[in-house]
Amino acid sequence: MSTDVAISPATAAPPGRPPTDATAAARRERWKRRAPLLPALIFAIIATQIPFLVTVWYSLNSWNLVRPGSERFVGLSNYADVFADRVFREAALNTIVITGGCVVVSMIFGIALAVLLDRQFFGRSVVRTMIITPFLIMPVASALLWKTTMFDPLFGLVNFALSPFGVETFDWTSSAPVFSIVTALVWQWTPFMTLLVLAGLQSQGKDVLEAGQVDGAGPVRMFRSITLPHLRRYIELGVLLGAIYVVNTFDQIYIMTQGGPGTASANLPFYIYQRAFLGFDVGQAAAMGVVVVIGTIVVATLALRLLFRTFAEEN
Amino acid sequence: MATVDIAAAGTADSAPAAPPRRRGSGLITSATWLIGVFFFFPVAWMVITAFKHEADATTDPPRLIFEPTLEQFRNLFDAGAGPYFLNSLMATGVSTLLVLALAVPAAYALAIRPVKRTQDVLFFFISTKMLPVVAVIVPIYVIAGRVNMLDNVWTLIVLYTAMNLPIAVWMMRSFLQEIPREVLEASEMDGATLRQTLTQVLLPMVAPGLAATALICVIFSWNEFFFAVNLTASTAATVPLFLVGFMTSEGLFWAQMAAAATLASLPVVLAGWAAQKQLVRGLSMGAIK
Repeated sequence: MSTDVAISPATAAPPGRPPTDATAAARRERWKRRAPLLPALIFAIIATQIPFLVTVWYSLNSWNLVRPGSERFVGLSNYADVFADRVFREAALNTIVITGGCVVVSMIFGIALAVLLDRQFFGRSVVRTMIITPFLIMPVASALLWKTTMFDPLFGLVNFALSPFGVETFDWTSSAPVFSIVTALVWQWTPFMTLLVLAGLQSQGKDVLEAGQVDGAGPVRMFRSITLPHLRRYIELGVLLGAIYVVNTFDQIYIMTQGGPGTASANLPFYIYQRAFLGFDVGQAAAMGVVVVIGTIVVATLALRLLFRTFAEEN
Repeated sequence: MATVDIAAAGTADSAPAAPPRRRGSGLITSATWLIGVFFFFPVAWMVITAFKHEADATTDPPRLIFEPTLEQFRNLFDAGAGPYFLNSLMATGVSTLLVLALAVPAAYALAIRPVKRTQDVLFFFISTKMLPVVAVIVPIYVIAGRVNMLDNVWTLIVLYTAMNLPIAVWMMRSFLQEIPREVLEASEMDGATLRQTLTQVLLPMVAPGLAATALICVIFSWNEFFFAVNLTASTAATVPLFLVGFMTSEGLFWAQMAAAATLASLPVVLAGWAAQKQLVRGLSMGAIK
C-alpha cells in the first residue's frame, strides 16, 4: 500500500495543475497510433461479430422463414432439440471423419512429396508446379470433375483403371460417398501440406545434416532423429490450419453427394445449410451454428497458440 | 565376346564410387515425376476433355485420340457465361482492393508502431477467420433480405472483404516487420507525415508482400461458393454458380462442363503458378517465410 502512495506522485502529473500539454500530447499520440487500425477493426467487428450475436439471438427463438410471424422466444429448447437430433450427431461424426481423414492423409502424402521435392533433380520446378495445381483449381470445378470424369460408374476413369481387378460399374459417390468426398479433398489439400512441409525442410540447417552424415547416420535414421523433430512445428501448423479450413467443407459435398444418400455424407456445414435454406428453420440452424462455433474454438485456440509461437520464434 | 565383356566390366568398374547412389537417385527422380504426373492427371484430363466433341467425352473405354475442337469454349459464351465472369471479376477485384485499403494501415499500426494490446488485436482478427461461416449465414441472409441486398454483388464484396481481412492483416504485418527501423526513423526525422511515410517509403519496400497478399485474397474470393450460392440468384451469380448449372445435366455435357471448369480455374491457376513462393507465406498467414 505504502509503495502505491510513494510511486503515484512521481508517475502522475504533478498535483495542483490542470491536465498538462504533456498528457494531452500523449493522448493524441495514442490516437495517432490507433487511427490506422480502427477502420479495419470496426469493419471486422461489424461484419463478423454482429451477425454472430444475431445468430445467438435467433438460436433462442423458434422461427420458420416460410411462416411469417412464427417468431417467438423459446429459450434453450432449440439446443435441446439439436442434441436430441440423430442426424445432427451423424453430421458431427461425419465432420470429424472427413476433416480428420483429409488432414491426416494429405499430411502423410504432403510429407512424402515434400521429401521427394527437396532434392535437386531434372525438372524439379515443373513437378512442383504440377503438384501444387490441384490446390489452385476452383473447388466447385474439381468436385464436378471428380464426380463425373473420375467417379462416374460407366465412363469414369477410376472404374476404367480398376477394370482389370473386376470393378465394372461401382457407383462411388452413392456407394462410398464419404470416401469419394475425402478423396477429392485429399487431392485438393495435399499441395497445401506439401508446400508447408517443403518450407520446413528448406529451412533446415545444412550443418546439422552434415554433422549427422559425418557421424555415420543412415538416411532413415537422419530423417527420424533430425528432420522430423525439426518439421514438427510445420506439421502442427499444417494440420491445424488445414483442419480449420476443411471443417468448413461445403462445395465438395454440395456437388458430389448433396449430403446423401439420405444424410449419409452430410457434414455440419451442409446439414445446417439444409436446415436453414431448404427447411427454413432459422432457430434450429442458428443453434447448430452456435454449437459448431463452440466446437471450433477448441481447435482454434490450439492453432492460435501455435501461430503465436511460430511468430515468436521467427522474430 | 571377350572385348565386349571387358568393355562392360570397364565401365562398371570406372564408375563404382558414384553409380549405386546415382542409379538410386535416377529411380527416385523417375518416381517423383511419375507421382507428379499422376497427381496432375485429373487437371490434364479436364483440359483434354474440354477440347473434345461431346461424343468423344463419354466413351467406354475413355478416348485419348480424338479430333480436337474449340466448339465447347465457343458454346460457353452462347450459354451466357459472360455475366457470371463479370460478377466474379467485380466481386474479386473490388473486395481485394478494399481488403488492402483496410489491412495495410492496420498492419502498420500493429507492426511498425505497435499499439497497446497488439497481441489481443491480432488474436481477434484471426479468430474471426476461424468462425465457421455457417454460424453467420442465417442472419446475413435475413439482414440482406431486409435491406434488399440479396442477389447483389456488393453483398458479396462486403463479405469477401470480411473473409480475407484477417489473413491480409497478418500477412502484411509479417512483411512490414521485416523493414528496418532505421528507414522509418530517417523518414520521420525528415518530417514526413504518416501518409508520406506509408506511400513513399513503406509501400515501395513491401510491394512484393502486397502482391502476395492480393494473390491470396484473389484465390479465396474467386473460388468462394458458400456465400455465392446462398445469397445470389440470377443477377449477381458468380462463376462457381455457372458451374453448378452442369450438375443437373451431368452425363450429357461433360465436354462443355470441362471447358467451363477449365476457364473458371484458369485465372487462379495462372496467378498461383506465377507466385509459387509467396503462396506458402500466404497460406501460413505469414508465419512461414
